[in-house]
Amino acid sequence: MNLHTLTALELRSRLDCGSVKPQDILTDLRSRYEAVEKKVMAFARPPSFEYRDTAVAGGALKGIPVVIKDNICSQGDRTECCSRILEGFVAPYDATVVDKLKKSGASIMGKANMDEFAFGSSCETSCFHPTKNPWDLDCVPGGSSGGSCACVAADEAIAALGSDTGGSIRQPASLCGVVGMKPTYGRVSRYGLVAFASSLDQIGPITKDVRDNALVLGVIAGHDDHDATSVDTSVPDYLSQMQKDIRGMRVAIPKEYFVEGMDPEVRHAMMEAKAKLESLGARFGEVSLPHTGYAVAVYYIIATAEASSNLARFDGVQYGARQMAASKDESALIGMYKETRDKGFGAEAKRRLILGTYVLSSGYYDAYYLRASRVRRLIKEDFDKVFREYDVVLTPTSPTPAFKIGEKMDDPLSMYLSDIYTISVNLAGVPAISVPCGLTRSGLPIGMQVIGRPFGETDLYRVAFHYEQSTSWHKQKPKL
Amino acid sequence: MSISRDDVTYIAHLARLGLSEEEISHFQGQLESILEYVDKLKTLDVSRVEPMTHVLDLKNVYRKDSVVPSLDPQSVLKIAPAAQGQFYKVPKVIE
Repeated sequence: MNLHTLTALELRSRLDCGSVKPQDILTDLRSRYEAVEKKVMAFARPPSFEYRDTAVAGGALKGIPVVIKDNICSQGDRTECCSRILEGFVAPYDATVVDKLKKSGASIMGKANMDEFAFGSSCETSCFHPTKNPWDLDCVPGGSSGGSCACVAADEAIAALGSDTGGSIRQPASLCGVVGMKPTYGRVSRYGLVAFASSLDQIGPITKDVRDNALVLGVIAGHDDHDATSVDTSVPDYLSQMQKDIRGMRVAIPKEYFVEGMDPEVRHAMMEAKAKLESLGARFGEVSLPHTGYAVAVYYIIATAEASSNLARFDGVQYGARQMAASKDESALIGMYKETRDKGFGAEAKRRLILGTYVLSSGYYDAYYLRASRVRRLIKEDFDKVFREYDVVLTPTSPTPAFKIGEKMDDPLSMYLSDIYTISVNLAGVPAISVPCGLTRSGLPIGMQVIGRPFGETDLYRVAFHYEQSTSWHKQKPKL
Repeated sequence: MSISRDDVTYIAHLARLGLSEEEISHFQGQLESILEYVDKLKTLDVSRVEPMTHVLDLKNVYRKDSVVPSLDPQSVLKIAPAAQGQFYKVPKVIE
């Protein structure tokens, strides 16, 4: 049986009629893991293939194995954010999303590899190992949720959770040819997600198709008393509401996202997707998001500023490994902080902590952090304006298909620019989904991004679902 | 925007990062090019735009003032590098 190739809903119907048992799925996934994991290296550490029944009545994911990113706490499991500074950290509690998954009957299989503390767009900054793109093992899977996307693309997992601060679900979903959703800020509780940039972070599902994505989001979304920024608004029945056709839906194409010099294969795939959506009844118009060109600059100020504050807690006192300083130039306590952080953080984490500390420091705060916060409002207002006339915005997810491992590691700025199409979405707090929409001549996946208004996930699923129904990109599998 | 070695050393101290000489040189160059890139924000007139730190229209969020179970202190202290009784143990702070 090739259960690992099936979707969660396909497995659900087999489980319901009794032809498959939950342990059969995990046993099948174990064989798949043994066959391909040494090539893909999607996991942070070996997963567990033993079934534990945790469902309360009517669990929507009963028997479905789910992989979670290494920055989401699951009680009793290592949760190390793929960083040395959290080496040996065993989470004492479940993140709200993990609690909800368990109650829905999903089995938490294990933790996926990621860029250290989600700092990266290639999965190369993990302290364990880089993950490979299942479509071309010389290429990166994207990041930072590279492990979550690669394990779904390689059929090593049925579904996964990632986190997205500037594109960390959508960009790797695009590069790996899977479906990834960054929900509206406040749609999903962040309790138990190790914080990177608290005003931008969201957890979201990564799946083989749109239906599974809607299924998983329906389970993890909703208000949580443990996260004051989770919004108390009802969760729609995405699976049934997305069936409604898209005739008359208004789709905006932002001209700033389709510029000279854009990758020709990405452009071609986008034009085909547009034609397909038009044939399904969507109405297109060109719009302007005039502050798009400032988004990466705003993001790298705000996200690093928030990160430098959030990561101050990793100091060798409460968790992880502690290092004592050899020199006695400073007090033993300050020396311990510095030595612990120097040994514990990798190069990209240090770079971002220094940048974030710099833009918040006395004398530079107004020029950098405050100015960026003002431009952030302009970026959000660009979207507000477009959504007064349009239901969704269509863009590429990533400016290029997957790049080679090592290609951008010494050039942080070019790495940061690979998130150019995804970053504005986090700054504006709106939802967006990446859906496979093509393959390059060399066989690498291309993804399209559909952006919606706040809490407009249903619109995104409608567009994505009807597009997917009329194409077969989501059925393509990498040869491993 | 030029950034000196001393700037990087000072910022590293604020961030409680003990960097090697080599790292300081490396980051100095990279920070300079990143700051040069973000300087494009200076071309916009934002004097009349309010800063936005958060996208949600939330003010204070209150919960009910009721007692609920919290994590068992021992389960939390167990994951600390050093603990004694109910406390975290750190190097001597006051001489």
